[in-house]
Amino acid sequence: MREPFYRLLDQLGEIGLLTVEFVRHLFRRPFETRLLIDQLDSIGVRSLNVVNLTAIFSGMVLALQMGEFLAKFGAKIYVSRVMGLSLLREMGPVLTALMIGARVGAGITAELGSMKVTEQIDAMLALASSPVKKLVVPRVLATILILPVLTVIADAIGLVGGLLIAVTQLGISADFFYTSLVQNIALSDLLSGIGKSFFFGYLISIIACMKGLSVTGGADGVGRATTSSVVAASISVLVADFFLTKLFLTI
Amino acid sequence: MEEHDITAAGGNGAAPGAERVPFIQVSGLEKSFGGKPILRGIDLQVHHGETLVILGGSGEGKSVLLRHLNGLLMPDRGTVMVGGRNLALLNEDQLAAVRKEVGMVFQLGALFDSMTVYENVSYPLHEHSAMPEEQIQVRVRELLAMVQLDGVEELLPAELSGGMRKRVAIARTLALEPRAVLYDEPTTGLDPPVAHRISVQMRELQERLGLTSVVVTHDLKNAFAVGDRFALLYHGKIRVSGTADEVRASRDDLMQDFLKTAL
Repeated sequence: MREPFYRLLDQLGEIGLLTVEFVRHLFRRPFETRLLIDQLDSIGVRSLNVVNLTAIFSGMVLALQMGEFLAKFGAKIYVSRVMGLSLLREMGPVLTALMIGARVGAGITAELGSMKVTEQIDAMLALASSPVKKLVVPRVLATILILPVLTVIADAIGLVGGLLIAVTQLGISADFFYTSLVQNIALSDLLSGIGKSFFFGYLISIIACMKGLSVTGGADGVGRATTSSVVAASISVLVADFFLTKLFLTI
Repeated sequence: MEEHDITAAGGNGAAPGAERVPFIQVSGLEKSFGGKPILRGIDLQVHHGETLVILGGSGEGKSVLLRHLNGLLMPDRGTVMVGGRNLALLNEDQLAAVRKEVGMVFQLGALFDSMTVYENVSYPLHEHSAMPEEQIQVRVRELLAMVQLDGVEELLPAELSGGMRKRVAIARTLALEPRAVLYDEPTTGLDPPVAHRISVQMRELQERLGLTSVVVTHDLKNAFAVGDRFALLYHGKIRVSGTADEVRASRDDLMQDFLKTAL
């Protein structure tokens, strides 16, 4: 029982140290703009398909389930505001983070991990340059910046999915869906979801980088690190979501 | 001050008389991993312009020792001095300055596999110099010519043979004009003729550029082609050291064993 606990503490420590390094190098010139743009592309733009697909189906399922449930109480007309609320506050940010955690987290860990085992990280250090500056900063910063954007896109597409179901399956007019949505959903609902996604972006990417940079033992080690990176990212997103929800509901 | 004194001191800011002090000095170096001692008190000196070869079987900690010489690893006990600086006491920027002076060629080259040969060799120049791109192009061609490569700039490391990869790695290391180069198993895993050619090239570069080199290897045949002095690492200590003739004449059983089996 003790050993896993120590390992967890150890890893939290490593995440903390890497975060300090990240912040220190973040403001150090020269800024690696080109590397950042590359990462924004590979983390953000190339994740769009995955995110869009997840979002539209989540929106549709949400509308379908809630429509059925609310119909029992003759409250079908509330479907847009109920699904809108859960989509913007929870499903949008969390599902997007989980998908990015899987796709991007695994990618970052595998990439940095194989660089580690082939001594490319050491080579970078030996050439007097910093792996944190060249690898960690662009990845973490890109994920933090892009996840909120992806979340907004997912929210919008999820709502469109909900609208589709409302119109075709629940017999609610598009007009009514829209009016009821904008009247009942506050800006704070959208913002709380976006606020969370900054934290999720940080967690996913810093965990992925930490796992990648601490790989030992060849291809086998890269595989293990990649798996554990996805697991750790998913769990920490869900745990953080609880506490962030608590926080955002009080403010 | 007379002019010849200035030239004698060299262009690298070394103090006059620095040539008499070893460029790299290791004393009492101890290192363990996970409670398992790897190095148990190493004393070692590398003088300006000489090539020291560290011999030893696999798993004897040769690479671990080498990684202490540019601060990739820090000693548990003992000191590593490079050009009069104790590596353990340096901050990040000072350590980076040491690493510019002490380049390292990794076992499998450690080329950045997402970058072309050109991007690999120009990487340190982009990082540390303000050279305009045209000048960098010229310099990269020069560096590749130094290791007798031509027309490979646009290839990716995966498209190169093992020997070529190692030569690109040497070119990349030389880009910063280091005073010393650390080679980790430079000939391991190469065909004998390729290994020999790399050794000859290492020797030529050392003579042409006045490099100080430390080579870690278990390839004894090529070791004698590149080295001035030799040290046998065994169970975390330097067991025998000396010139080629001295180690050949050594009465140490292990050294003799090593000489016999490795040839």
